[in-house]
Amino acid sequence: MAVRGAAAFSSLLIPMGASAEYGLNMTEGATSLSHEVYGLHMTILWVCVVIGAVVFGAMFYSVFKHRKSKGAVAANFHESTFAEFAWTIVPILILVSMAIPATKTLLAMDDLSDSDMTIKVTGIQWKWKYDYLDEDISLVSNLAPEHAKASQRNSGIDVTKIENYLLEVDNPVVVPVGKKIRFLMTANDVIHSWWVPALGWKKDAIPGFVNEMWARIDKPGTYRGQCAELCGKGHGFMPIVVVAKSEADYKDWVAMKREEKAATLASADRAWTKDELMKKGQQVYTTTCMACHQANGQGLPGAFPALAGSPVVKGPVEGHIGVVMNGRQGTAMAAFAGLMSDVDIAAVITYERNAFGNDTGDVVQPSTIKAARK
Amino acid sequence: MSSATAIHDAHDDHGPSKGIMRWITTTNHKDIGTLYLIFALIMFMIGGAMAMIIRAELFQPGMQLVDPAFFNQMTTVHALVMIFGGVMPAFTGLANWLIPMMIGAPDMALPRMNNWSFWILPFAFTMLLSTLFMNGGGPAAGWTMYPPLVLQTGDAFPFMILSIHMMGISSIMGSINVIVTIMNMRAPGMTLMKMPLFVWTWLITAYLLIATMPVLAGAVTMLLTDKFFGTSFFSAAGGGDPVLYQHVFWFFGHPEVYILILPAFGIISQIIPTFARKPLFGYSSMVYATASIAFLSFIVWAHHMFTVGMPTAGELFFMYATMMIAVPTGVKVFNWVSTMWRGSMTFETPMLFAIAFVFLFTIGGFSGLMLAIAPADFQYHDTYFVVAHFHYVLVSGAVFSIMAAAYYWMPKWTGHMYDEKLGKIHFWLSAISMNVLFFPQHFLGLAGMPRRIPDYSVQFTGFNQISSIGGFVFGLSQVLFCYIVYKTIKGGQPATDNVWEGAHGLEWTLPSPPPYHSFIEAPAVK
Repeated sequence: MAVRGAAAFSSLLIPMGASAEYGLNMTEGATSLSHEVYGLHMTILWVCVVIGAVVFGAMFYSVFKHRKSKGAVAANFHESTFAEFAWTIVPILILVSMAIPATKTLLAMDDLSDSDMTIKVTGIQWKWKYDYLDEDISLVSNLAPEHAKASQRNSGIDVTKIENYLLEVDNPVVVPVGKKIRFLMTANDVIHSWWVPALGWKKDAIPGFVNEMWARIDKPGTYRGQCAELCGKGHGFMPIVVVAKSEADYKDWVAMKREEKAATLASADRAWTKDELMKKGQQVYTTTCMACHQANGQGLPGAFPALAGSPVVKGPVEGHIGVVMNGRQGTAMAAFAGLMSDVDIAAVITYERNAFGNDTGDVVQPSTIKAARK
Repeated sequence: MSSATAIHDAHDDHGPSKGIMRWITTTNHKDIGTLYLIFALIMFMIGGAMAMIIRAELFQPGMQLVDPAFFNQMTTVHALVMIFGGVMPAFTGLANWLIPMMIGAPDMALPRMNNWSFWILPFAFTMLLSTLFMNGGGPAAGWTMYPPLVLQTGDAFPFMILSIHMMGISSIMGSINVIVTIMNMRAPGMTLMKMPLFVWTWLITAYLLIATMPVLAGAVTMLLTDKFFGTSFFSAAGGGDPVLYQHVFWFFGHPEVYILILPAFGIISQIIPTFARKPLFGYSSMVYATASIAFLSFIVWAHHMFTVGMPTAGELFFMYATMMIAVPTGVKVFNWVSTMWRGSMTFETPMLFAIAFVFLFTIGGFSGLMLAIAPADFQYHDTYFVVAHFHYVLVSGAVFSIMAAAYYWMPKWTGHMYDEKLGKIHFWLSAISMNVLFFPQHFLGLAGMPRRIPDYSVQFTGFNQISSIGGFVFGLSQVLFCYIVYKTIKGGQPATDNVWEGAHGLEWTLPSPPPYHSFIEAPAVK
């Protein structure tokens, strides 16, 4: 009813996109914890609705009945110890009855014993890195490139046509169903917060500290969320996609990731042509660098330096490699050595040195980056 | 009336100086109160303009009007301007105008400091607003200024810190003045438990301010030394802890939210009895409830931080303590409703705002109770549900109480009745648009929209559009308020001394407008 009412109301005012939805309530989610949280939410909501009905009922009855225009004559009572006592004790009893289930859920959330696997989540401006500590694989998860392009100001792209706009990534984090997964949360630069509503919680990712939380996902599916703690310019553009698969499918995915990793390592050993590097470099630039340095390489004055004509980019190659791999302390420039492969780093540096009118003609080979890591 | 007028005439020879110097050099509580209130109104409109930019950008998904960096500056500066430039100076202005008149004093106790505490503010806010034009833009890390993010601020950073120091100094001086005035200048017979509730709530608020503003000053000074002097209070790499800042900030920040609402409780407790023509129900329990809320406000700060990863025992403590606040707050609401019960009510504009306050503030209180449930907060935290919650308590709470106060006392201040018809139009426009603006934000938060994002997934479009339309109507309605204030100052039907049929209290024994020095001779209070 309320949904239909709201929709009818708004359609009077403005033409709505066909995709406009009116989500009203919290998701029940896909884990035991999220169901408990949903239960608490609904209980406390109904408690508030009932108290509200009583209090506002009395108030509006009085407003309509005890008005001077209807000839009401003011009474003169202004004190009652019994009333004050009653409306102190009754709320306390209601609160105690709410605190008991809330405490139980909280204790369950903080019980991290007997976990089956561990994934370390690292928040970085503005992407997430996932390390599967038991599998020796890791991946970096960026906002999907077409979403990044569409979300540029006045991009001319109709975002309502993009499926899951701003909630899609290039590399989702894949997990098995039915396993108790321990998530370790940390960050490289500023505080982020990892939130997938279907898991029932969010937890802050704090640089220099490790937080933990757990989830056991009931059924296979894709669960979306995003960063919940203001982390700078790209805060609205660092989504999270969790793909839950059956145990067998998850094993296949792990095997595939391992092969990919080996292939990536091997590809660093061959010599790449400039065209290959430029093509790859442009892709990497769009997902990783564009948010700050902008599509045209001009940066944002005072906040993010321009790459076009930059002394670092036009200067010696070693200096450029150093900044990309080690980052700049105290700024949003992360140390990408731990976030990107040799090929990606070589490609994006080659791209930056030849795009935006920089035209240095330099080509950086993946083998150079591999050597620089030592 | 005649005796008060005679006193007024006798002192005309040292009345206000003329022209602009009257306002710059004034030590008069009414002049300073007026300055505070006009300043607050200007800041309210500036902060409101920023909110309009936010709502315009959020009208549809995709980035249309501003860049994400500027969007973050808008959310940050909007909050700082509204809290420190709008609501707090408005309450201080009301305190200046009303406390001496309510307790039977001629003026505030420390008039020169009073002048200084006001005149700091225009400089503080000129500096804060000027940061928007600096290299790298204004502060964009949220009004909470969490490190390490806030340390990425550009040239604006030291100016932001200095402006916050100045606001803090101003508030502390204002609070000292309030406490000294109330403690020393009450008319004979005006015992503490006979003071009007507005005076009581301000006395307690002033203590909260003195206790917490230095804590904020300490927190932002540590930010300053972390940025420029190589300390590592909040950097894990240097042995510090970013979460330490949050603890220190919210030790200030939670009492701060009561600083923004206790004087509102006082205002509502003055207005409802007047228009119900019935004494306030449970006066002493109202005083005790206010004091209990003030005490509890010091031990609940970490409920703003449930997701930072606290020990279980800590989360349980802060959850229980926060839930306890519902008890004294409930007592207040029950007392207001009991005051209305079997009264003889009329519904002039101040009463309409007061009733809307009780209704809508309580809705904000309910969502606050929901947020107190720590496991549920893991979902609510940092979503639009929180945005809806604190706008219900701050807009339909603090701001509506200030509107109610303005309509209630403006005839006393100016000697003119405001235009009742326009006042009612302003009320209904504000009350309806406020709900269109903020109620859908509950749904957005529950459906998964984080706060402080400049662009959103398409599924959130519908409620964001409704919210933005409410926002534009609410913003425009306040232009009408400015016009009503202007019109009332310029002229209107002359107000009687008592103004309202059911009004009680010393301020109503003075002429409208009151003499330059309120009570030259202390009135007798029975």
